Amino acid sequence: MEQGDVGWWGLAISLLLVAVAIGISMWRRLGLEQSMLVATGRALVQLLAVGYVLAIIIDPDQPIAYAWAWLAFMVPFAAWTVSRRAPEVPGVFGLALASLTASTGITAAVIFGLGIFPVEARAIVPVGGMMVGNAMTSTVLAGRRVVEEFSEKRHDVEARLALGQPWTEASRPGLRSALRSAMTQQIETTKAVGLVFLPGAMTGLILAGVDPVDAVRVQAAIMFLILGAVAINVVVIGTGVTRRLFTDDHRLIRIARTSG
Amino acid sequence: MLFEFDDVVVRFGEDVALDHVTAQVPDGGSVTCLLGASGSGKSTLLRLCNRLEVPTSGTVRFRGQPLDDIDPLLLRRTVGMVFQRPTPFPGTVRDNLLVADPDATEDAMHTVLEQVHLPVSFLDREADSLSGGEQQRGSLARTLVTGPEVLLMDEPTSALDPTSTKALEELGRELADSGMPVLWVTHDLDQADRIGDRRIVLVGGRVADEHQAQHYLDSEDGFHHHHGDETHEGHDDPTEHDEGADRGAG
Repeated sequence: MEQGDVGWWGLAISLLLVAVAIGISMWRRLGLEQSMLVATGRALVQLLAVGYVLAIIIDPDQPIAYAWAWLAFMVPFAAWTVSRRAPEVPGVFGLALASLTASTGITAAVIFGLGIFPVEARAIVPVGGMMVGNAMTSTVLAGRRVVEEFSEKRHDVEARLALGQPWTEASRPGLRSALRSAMTQQIETTKAVGLVFLPGAMTGLILAGVDPVDAVRVQAAIMFLILGAVAINVVVIGTGVTRRLFTDDHRLIRIARTSG
Repeated sequence: MLFEFDDVVVRFGEDVALDHVTAQVPDGGSVTCLLGASGSGKSTLLRLCNRLEVPTSGTVRFRGQPLDDIDPLLLRRTVGMVFQRPTPFPGTVRDNLLVADPDATEDAMHTVLEQVHLPVSFLDREADSLSGGEQQRGSLARTLVTGPEVLLMDEPTSALDPTSTKALEELGRELADSGMPVLWVTHDLDQADRIGDRRIVLVGGRVADEHQAQHYLDSEDGFHHHHGDETHEGHDDPTEHDEGADRGAG
């Protein structure tokens, strides 16, 4: 177990706790046993598959283009995931693709252009993954928040439209409030980091035997980049969704109400 | 004619809110009541007039000009609207008036407050701290400060107590008597009697002919019956969030 290395034996033993979870499900008749088995199996297969692929991609002997291709593949995959998680947002796939491309592109340019992390496959893949992953979550949140906001505050928006305001102006207070609420979550996470939880990258580095202060530097840089990525993302998706909720003749479209 | 509806159909998905409506509203200082039960399409008809809704088919004309040919922002500054529920914006009454017209002078703000019988001192009051009736008059003042030529009132008293209702009805009358055409949506026959110079009765998304209108006007039961169904009917009324509010007044 030196340097946090979990062997095959360790991995097998960790399944004991899955057995405990299944035992609880059976005992309390939760009916989740099959679901847990499937989840465990899928996680194992997916992670092992990714592990083997990553081993090839981040091999220093391989061309770095593989790493960039991996990142380029993650963006549309994340956009697709967003569209599945927030189907009530009009035009969600295209907008998510645009916002994720923008945030990933800009943050990648900053990270690697300014030399915060070396332009190596072993940095591009995990750092890019964290950018896209966090941006994806914020995209879902912001898209939903904008739709909810204009659905709940239809009266306010229509009162503004009825005064002759263009949609850009009539939507401003609602959009502002939605953007604020979508970004607040990431700000709170940034505030709580280190006190409430230790983020994944830092945990991994410490487990791998890196000096904690070095690990903190890496983690802090990543947190700040994520905050930037989330901000870019929230603005792009928020503005895009808002545009789609209004017609060219300045009407608020009828928003299908979703449960909850 | 102020407004002409020519074979207008409005569909929301599968629901037909207005079903081949042909009607005219004459110009000049008078109150035209759009009368009908919840879900009869009266609010939709009103919302066509400032293009918060557009017809699925058919034509709406304003003073002879098809609405498609008029800049919607200009139309909405010409045809003002007060909604079912007061919609105070954040800030003071002055802030509210300045949202409507950022260039409004202090004099102009005094004038509109006098028009709606609110004291000038209200300019510095927080808009959402006012009573329901005052808020609704504040909403009217906010609409008037944009200098509209026509006023649309979408069940403006449905959330108000009888005293505030009477005050708002008198304001509507005064504006009409001073030369402004007013379209007033109501489900309340007595209200239509008090303020209306003429009425268009809607039943199930159609303009009622004289016989049907008489039938509905004779039987208050007709209205009450329809009110009982409003949770089902509300979906074809764009202001359905407020439908609960007029239950108390009906």
